[in-house]
Formats: sequence, structure tokens, C-alpha cells
Amino acid sequence: MSPTHRWHIALALILLLLALVLGVLAAFAYISPSLGDALPFTQLRPAHVSAALFWIITGATAGVLRYKDDVFPLSDRPFLHRAFLFLWTGTLIAVFIAYGLKCFGGREYWEFPPLLAVPMLIAWLLLMADYFRAWLRRAAAPPLYVWMWTTGIVFFLITFIEQNLWQIPWFRDTYMRELTVQWKSNGAMVGAWNQMIYGSALYLMVRIGGDEGIARGPRAFLFWFLGLSNLMFNWGHHLYNAPTAGWIRHVAYGISMAEWILLINIIRGFKGKLDEHRRHKHLTTYRFLIGGEFWVFLNLFLALLMSIPAINRYTHGTHITVAHAMGATIGINTMILLGSVAWMVRVDEDGSPARWIERGRITAMGSLLVFWLALITAGLIKGYRATALGITDHQQLMQPVQPSLVAFTIAGIGVFAGLGVIATCLLMVLRSEDAAHPNTNEP
Amino acid sequence: MRLWQVSNCAACHQLYGLGGYMGPDLTNVHSAKGEAHIRTFVRYGTGRMPAHELSEEELDALVAFLAWVDASGRSRVPDSAVHWTGTFDIPAR
Ligand code: HEC
Ligand code: HEM
Repeated sequence: MSPTHRWHIALALILLLLALVLGVLAAFAYISPSLGDALPFTQLRPAHVSAALFWIITGATAGVLRYKDDVFPLSDRPFLHRAFLFLWTGTLIAVFIAYGLKCFGGREYWEFPPLLAVPMLIAWLLLMADYFRAWLRRAAAPPLYVWMWTTGIVFFLITFIEQNLWQIPWFRDTYMRELTVQWKSNGAMVGAWNQMIYGSALYLMVRIGGDEGIARGPRAFLFWFLGLSNLMFNWGHHLYNAPTAGWIRHVAYGISMAEWILLINIIRGFKGKLDEHRRHKHLTTYRFLIGGEFWVFLNLFLALLMSIPAINRYTHGTHITVAHAMGATIGINTMILLGSVAWMVRVDEDGSPARWIERGRITAMGSLLVFWLALITAGLIKGYRATALGITDHQQLMQPVQPSLVAFTIAGIGVFAGLGVIATCLLMVLRSEDAAHPNTNEP
Repeated sequence: MRLWQVSNCAACHQLYGLGGYMGPDLTNVHSAKGEAHIRTFVRYGTGRMPAHELSEEELDALVAFLAWVDASGRSRVPDSAVHWTGTFDIPAR
């Protein structure tokens, strides 16, 4: 693997470690106000969330740019890739410095001063140039994963621009307009990186199983289309409670419910999966992909329930939203991305890193389940007390929620330990690869 | 709005249920608890909420922002707005 790819992967793993450390610190600040002075939640939360999103975006692009070298017949000329990485790394460092100096100014999840969005945008354009230069050489009818990478990359650009539209005064004329545009872009941006990540998962499944058929044919494309329509139209479920135009609510509800089809399809395909599982279960990457699929199932079920407005009335604005957000970003995105990194750095299946990675994976999966259930419990208690009992005093409202948040923090330490071990092992494998094959373009 | 973002109130507070979850939703705090209440909380903080050192003008701007948000609608959906199909009947503004 070329040094550029290695840099890209190492950056992603370091961001993951950073997100984990900051997450645990934020959780401590959360449950224990007396630590508030030493651990300022105002800085920890945005730093944690941004590090997590940067890990996902950096990890997703590391995969796409690496696999494109195998899929498109174009020899790797790393200039654009390097330029992207240079600008991207620099901007991310600036973001964390800004948080350290309490210099905020952006919107939720991207709470840094908005000026930093400019180099980020330029970096993204460089990445697009690198990808599309190779994409021009694609085969006449590319497999589905190529479509997924391409839509993911393009939609990220669109949603990123959309997210910064608030800088133009017209978008701030009314608070409703402002809120609607912001959450439309946030919702769709998640869809954009999911396209890149699911695309890589599909690619790896094809490589592992040796069956290109799963990335071709009308059925595969139909499901892709369903996912894509969700990406574009389901964001309304963030704002069911706001007095927006009625159609936004109805379309989001309808489109979200179409996802039940996906859920049923997962259940139907389960038996076939079991046979496949027996054949590949010794592969690290495969185990991560299957772990991701387990979380798709759990999160889809939760998300479908939350997308029914009558239920959303209770869950909105509670920790159930956090369960949904972290359940999906850790359970699905992080698991798939770690499987993808394990593939790229070629973890030796019989070596000691692979054994440690597996231990880390089991720890992370188990802790994450407790973590997720604790957040759901916290959300259910708060939702019931706020919506059914109508309690408005915040301290009184939150008091019975506290034990679930303590359970959440303890389980969070488990998630931290499990994923921390995996990321550290992968970084070590990456380094030793460095020594073994310097400067090769070999996969 | 600028102050809301620069002070990063969203790390702990929600508007229309969106934001961080440490503190309460502030969509309708202006009409529910009044201006003086907001000023006191922001200036002096509590055990969990940090005190913010803002000038009089900055506080005015923050209060005006919360009043503006408040006027845009209600964060809580009343029982009567839940339609039998599970969706809501909320008039657009
Ligand atoms: C570190 C988290 C944190 C930050 C940052 C924060 N708050 Fe708070 N705030 C809280 C908590 C927690 C409460 C609930 C009171 C308590 O439990 O101490 C609260 C309560 C309030 C209340 C009273 C609400 C009510 O219903 O009585 C107002 C008003 C308020 N905050 C405004 C703000 C504004 C404006 C900002 C930004 C300048 C801000 N807060 C920043 C945590 C925070
Ligand atoms: C790869 C690992 C992780 C990812 C990708 C991740 C991602 C996220 C995301 C996206 C949010 C925003 C949630 C929302 O706005 O609804 C969030 C919030 C949060 N996360 Fe994580 N997280 C990770 C690990 C952890 C760990 C190990 C902990 C430790 C307990 C943790 C603690 C928190 C806390 C306390 C919040 C704030 C919740 C709130 O505002 O109430 N995270 N995380």
C-alpha cells in the first residue's frame, strides 16, 4: 500500500481513538457535575462528536480511494489524494484547536468557526477530482458499489454546501426555514456517508464471497434506490414536532415506513446468511461486516418506531435519539469501517493482532448492547415523565434517569476499551506493514 | 443567533428537541418562564450550567433570539394534534 493510503488510514484510526477518549470524558462530565470545572462539557461534547464524524468520513474515504485503485484501471498518481489529505488534516487540527480555545460558531455537530468550512470544502473538491479522474475509466456497466461510492461523494458535497447555507441571511428570515434547511442537510449527510460505507461493505462482500452477482441485477438496484430515496426525503422525522409545511411530515413518514421492506428482507435472507457465515467466519473483516449487519437490524427497528410521529412525540429530545445516533455510528459505521481497515492493512488471520482484534470486537459488541439499552431506558423514562406526566422542572424530571446514565457511562468504558484495542492493533499492523513493503502500490 | 452559536448553548440545550441533552429544551422558555429567568440562568449559571460572562447588549440579543424562536411555534405536540394514522395535525406557520 502506498504511503498516501497509509497516512489516510492512520489519520482515521487516530480520530477514532480521539473520539473514544473524549466520549468517555464527556460522559463523566455528564453524570458528575462536580467534575464540570475540570471537564467542560461545552467543549467535550462538540470535540467528541466532531472527532466521531471525522473518523467516519475519513475512514469511509480511505476505503473508497483505496478500493478504487483495484476497480478502475488507472495507475495511482497520488498528487490529488495527497493534496486532499494535507488540507484535510490541517483543517481538522485547526478545528480541535478552536474547540480548545472555546472558539465556537457553527451548528450542532460542526460547532467550529464557520470559516473553517472553506478549506474543508476545497479539500473535498480535491478528493472528488481524484476519484472522478479514475471513475472516467470505469467499465460500461459498473457494479452497484461504484454507484454507491459515486452518489455518496456527490451527495456529501451537496449536503455540505446546504449545511452552510445559513450564512446567507435569506435562510435566517424565519426560524422555521432555518431549522428545516439545517436538519434536511444533516439528515441527508448521514445518508451520504452511508452510501460510501455500504458501498465498501458490498465491495468487500463481493471480494470475500467471490460472487459479483450480489452487486448486480434489478433487485440489488431496487434496494439501493429505496435507500437513496430515504437519504433524500426522510429527514422530516427530525422535525415532526415543528410547525413546518404539512407535506414535509407526511412524506418523511411515508418514506420512512417504506424501510420496513428492508427489515423484512433482512429477516428473509437470514437463513442463506447462516450458510455463508459458516464458510467465512474465520475472517476478521467478515466478522466485522456481520457485526455491522446485526446493528443494522437493531437500529432499523428502533428507527422505524421513532419515525412514527405518535411515538416520536415521546422519544424526540430524549436519549433515545442519542441511542439511535451512537447505535448507528458505532454499531454500523464503525464496525464496517474497522472491517474495511482490517482488509486494507491485511491483518494476518493467524497472528496475535488478529486474536486481540477479535477480543476487542467481542468486548465492544457486548458493551455496546448495554450502552444502547441504557440510553433507550434513559430516554423512555424521560419521555414518559415529560410527555405523559408533563413534568417541566428539569432537575425533578431527570432525577430518576440518572442511574441509566451511570450504566451508560460504565458500558461506555467497555466500548472504549474494546474499540481502543482494535484501533491500536490496526495501527500497529499498519506500522509493521510500513517496514515490510515500503513504497509499494500492492494492495 | 450568533451568540447562541458562539456560546455553544446547543451543547446542552435543545430547540425543538434538537441539540445536546444535558439541559432542558429552551424553545418556549421565553413565554413559559420569562425574560428575567433567562437572564439569571445565563449570568449566574447553576451547579451544572456554567455562568456566562456576557455584556448587557449580548444578553439582550440572546433573550431576543429566544423570543424569536419561541414565536415560531411550540416544541411540545399536544394530545389533540395526534391524528389516527399516527401523524400530527399542526398548522404550518
Ligand atoms: C454545560 C451545559 C450547559 C450549557 C453550555 C448551557 N446550559 Fe443552560 N442549563 C444547563 C442545565 C443542566 C440546566 C438545568 C438547570 C440545572 O439543572 O442546573 C440549564 C438551564 C437553563 C435555563 C433555565 C431553563 C428552565 O426551564 O428553567 C436557561 C434559560 C438556560 N439554561 C439558558 C442557557 C443559554 C442561553 C446558554 C448559552 C449561553 C446555556 N444555557 C448554556 C446546562 C447548560
Ligand atoms: C466510535 C465511537 C463513537 C462514536 C462514533 C460516537 C458518536 C456520537 C454521536 C454521533 C453523538 C451525537 C448524538 C446526538 O446528538 O444525538 C455522540 C454523543 C455523545 N457520546 Fe459518543 N460516540 C462514540 C463513543 C462514545 C463513548 C465510548 C462514550 C463514553 C461513554 C460516548 C459518550 C457520548 C456522550 C456523553 C454524548 C453526548 C450525549 C448528549 O448530549 O446527551 N461516545 N456520540
